[in-house]
Amino acid sequence: MPDEIRAPGDVVIGCSDLVVRYGDVTAVDGVSFAVRAGEVVALLGPNGAGKTSTVECLEGYRHPASGRIRVLGLDPIAQHEALVAKIGVMLQRGGVYPMLGPRRALRLFAAYYQRARDPEELLDLVSLSPVAGTPWRHLSGGEQQRLSLALALVGRPEAVFLDEPTAGVDAEGRQDIRRVVAGLAAEGVGVLLTTHELSEAERMADRVVILRHGQVVAEGTPAGLAAGGQEIVRFGAPAGLDAGSLADALGVPVTEEEPGRYVVRARATPVLTATLAAWLADRELALTDLRSGRTLEEAYLDAVGEGDGSDTRREASP
Amino acid sequence: MKALAAQIESEVYMTLRRGETLLLTIGIPVAFLVFFTTVHVVTTGARHPVTFFVPGVLALAVMSTAMVSLGIATGFERGYGVLKRLGATPLGRPRLIAAKIATVVLVELVQAAVLVPVGYGLGWHPPSGPAAIGGAGTAALEALAVALLATVGFGGLGLLLAGVLKAELNLAVANALYLVLLLAGGMVVPVGKLPSGLQTLARALPAAALSDGLHAALGSGAPVPLEAWVVLAVWAVAAPLVAAATFRWE
Repeated sequence: MPDEIRAPGDVVIGCSDLVVRYGDVTAVDGVSFAVRAGEVVALLGPNGAGKTSTVECLEGYRHPASGRIRVLGLDPIAQHEALVAKIGVMLQRGGVYPMLGPRRALRLFAAYYQRARDPEELLDLVSLSPVAGTPWRHLSGGEQQRLSLALALVGRPEAVFLDEPTAGVDAEGRQDIRRVVAGLAAEGVGVLLTTHELSEAERMADRVVILRHGQVVAEGTPAGLAAGGQEIVRFGAPAGLDAGSLADALGVPVTEEEPGRYVVRARATPVLTATLAAWLADRELALTDLRSGRTLEEAYLDAVGEGDGSDTRREASP
Repeated sequence: MKALAAQIESEVYMTLRRGETLLLTIGIPVAFLVFFTTVHVVTTGARHPVTFFVPGVLALAVMSTAMVSLGIATGFERGYGVLKRLGATPLGRPRLIAAKIATVVLVELVQAAVLVPVGYGLGWHPPSGPAAIGGAGTAALEALAVALLATVGFGGLGLLLAGVLKAELNLAVANALYLVLLLAGGMVVPVGKLPSGLQTLARALPAAALSDGLHAALGSGAPVPLEAWVVLAVWAVAAPLVAAATFRWE
């Protein structure tokens, strides 16, 4: 039976109104999103936001309380057997026989699939050839993650799930993983990864879905999310400025987020920057840096908000 | 077929590479056989001690592999997330279980291939003469059937523990159970030497039923007692059923 031909843009992983409950606790509360062929989507959120629960439903490990899930057009639970032949999964930790080295593990997994990739080619792809015979338990954390990734690719999957793929991986290993993920997307594979590391999501993902308390609180491209939201100016100056006086001068609120780091919730107009510089000059204070707009991290913190230390901030309004 | 063969190959490779497994499945049975046969610390009531210890140690070998080795390995695989990960591959549970059964049987054959020649070396010979009703062939078939039933029962017990306990606790409980069944299972101490209350309990457990069966088939040459068949059959049905019902894959 020939595989369905998937055009770029076809939804390969999708859920709508997904709800997962553990007893009385609602871990996932009406989540909907889609991953298209050739797209890398990052599920982002703090611990306990419902990322892993969501992914485990999509992989067929977990029964949702309600909601509709389709992966490659299949129901992950009712059509599990058909699905597992077409997906690749990387668990958050472990999942590999501790006594098997990368070569043996890849050969074993290759035997599970009809059209498996060549284990030697995969060893090269994730730079594990030098340790191909080393048992898993003697590999470094980064090597274990790269083996896990290679095992997810053995069966030429059309949809790939990566749970915290770069956790515990050194800089070089991360580069390898990013390169492999980009390669998958280029071949038309749909990739869903979870991470709580924003920089990884920013580098790897075409789109980011931010979860908080089991709900989607923001969704978009990393650049789009960073650009959206309210106008903001950040600057560095000596700690303990008279924020009230500065707010009066600028005509907008000023917050000292942490000692020496200030946030002005306003557009970075020429007048605003000139007024700020003049106010500092009058007091013979140095400006260490000045930046307008948000990073993805700031967009993320705005989205997951609440309880991010706002009660320790000192805010002054004009 | 390719997946099953590869799975069996990997399972056998891992089993034979684990030093502690080899000690448990080959080292200890051989050591017990040689020690108890040559140093007479236990009086067995048999004409020659080796007549008692060859079937006893073969019973120990079956229990070590089917319950302890299988259970501990499976418990750690569950703890490491291996079973969960395999759930997202086309291998499937039936083939995984088939591979584990095949591995246990292969290891048991290796054990028999080591223990039986050691037994011959110590003066053992299969029962013959009027006691062996139907001859040596029937006795060997009975021994195989007893070992197979016991393998299923012990395998179920090992997987039952592995499927509900944390890997480290499972390791401790499996080892404790091994020790208890070794002493109360008629393997190195005849069940008849236990206090009478303990005897009754011991005879309801699969270890004593297994060794009773093997003592009959390979020692005295008498038919395997009906009681042993019944106990083994009950465990062979009940233990895997309970294991299947309670097993948590992650």
